[in-house]
Amino acid sequence: MKVELEADKCVASGQCVLAAMDVFDQDDEGIAVLLDEQPADEHLDGVREAVAICPAAAIRLVDQ
Amino acid sequence: MADTTLTGPAHEAPDAVPEFPMPRESRCPFDPPPALKELQEQGPLTKVRLWDGSEPWLVTRYAEQRALLGDGRVSADTDQPGYPTKASPEAGEGKLSFIMMDDPEHARLRRMVTGPFAVKKVEALRPAVQRIVDGLIDDMLAGPGPVDLVDVFALPIPSLVICELLGVPYEEHDFFQEHTKTMVRTTATPEERGAASREVAGYLAGLLGKRVAEPRDDLLSGIAARVTAGELTHQQATEMALLLLIAGHETTANMIALGTLALLQYPDQLALLRETDDPKLVASAVEELLRYLHITHLGRRRAVTEDIEIGGQVIKAGEGVIMVNEIGNRDPEVFADPDRLDITRDARRHVAFGFGVHQCLGQPLARMELQVVYGTLYKRIPTLKLACALEDVRFKTDAFIYGVHELPVSW
Repeated sequence: MKVELEADKCVASGQCVLAAMDVFDQDDEGIAVLLDEQPADEHLDGVREAVAICPAAAIRLVDQ
Repeated sequence: MADTTLTGPAHEAPDAVPEFPMPRESRCPFDPPPALKELQEQGPLTKVRLWDGSEPWLVTRYAEQRALLGDGRVSADTDQPGYPTKASPEAGEGKLSFIMMDDPEHARLRRMVTGPFAVKKVEALRPAVQRIVDGLIDDMLAGPGPVDLVDVFALPIPSLVICELLGVPYEEHDFFQEHTKTMVRTTATPEERGAASREVAGYLAGLLGKRVAEPRDDLLSGIAARVTAGELTHQQATEMALLLLIAGHETTANMIALGTLALLQYPDQLALLRETDDPKLVASAVEELLRYLHITHLGRRRAVTEDIEIGGQVIKAGEGVIMVNEIGNRDPEVFADPDRLDITRDARRHVAFGFGVHQCLGQPLARMELQVVYGTLYKRIPTLKLACALEDVRFKTDAFIYGVHELPVSW
């Protein structure tokens, strides 16, 4: 599974960081940064949560 | 004659457009008005009538609320045709910065102040917030009870924190809290609200001027620097500072007071919080109380700029929409047994902070403050109890933000 982030859509809510701190971070303006494009299985639930709660719909989890 | 055709009082006619907001006739002060629940059962969208006679769409179900709040064809600009206003706006009053704008200008302005609200920046403030909370509890325990928890605890916490973050002297809090109260009171006249807003804006404009001349390490200085760089006008900078100062006050304060009142009515839930050392359970309690309570009871409001087909209806360009998050957060399709307060449930998907590009900027800060409060207060004062009858608590049905006017507590 691969994580895709459209950073230009991001509204800096920080929801993804709260849901999956090992996969997402924020830059100095609070904009989401993808730390790990292909997270290990143990982080996938957190990523799915991030996809579901991102207010800007800026995150996707896609099959490869 | 028209009145001879009536078969009964107008409110009984099946096609009558209900008024919004609805009266809170439910016996539970934490539940949405029963009429709102009935509308949700009937369908995701319905027309309602507002104070000014306008008839926007009321969106009652979670899925449709999220879809519309995330839709680029809905506008947060209060000047758009059909925008459903909560009360009469004061003529010539400035906009409350980017929350009343659309992209790209909204995004440009919002990004100027998002940095300090990033999760890790907020986390770094946790020890300071813990000290504030502990200090206020020490003061409470050192004096006689009962006390008004709103006055001595719930309001000072977000106020101290946002003042520190912005660089506004907390000593001035009586001044701006008094005006903020007027600004969020629905029974205040437009003139009173306008005057209160101008008082605080004038004060902040003065502070911004000082920070242009002598920058410090605070958010006001950051905003002042944007003025110097020509990215913001003085007017825009003042509106932004005003938004940041007032946005966190009443919301977080009411979450603390109303949340405590709710927990006192559910002793089993309160006991779970009091006895846990697990920060995950405290965080989960914060999310559940955000879902269960309804601080923003008048809903998220927008104007539709292009026809949108949704929930079996066509919302036309120029019509208003109100996403009532308090009822969206009680949608049984999303939250099982939604009227039950259960701090162990996964409530993270609630829309208490809204959704879409306007979702609350201060939410990581609000979450952290509430986690510190809920994780500390009931442990430190295990005998905390309401010092009046529940029926005597005055609820803020007359304000843009729902909560309690006072919360007398003893221990």
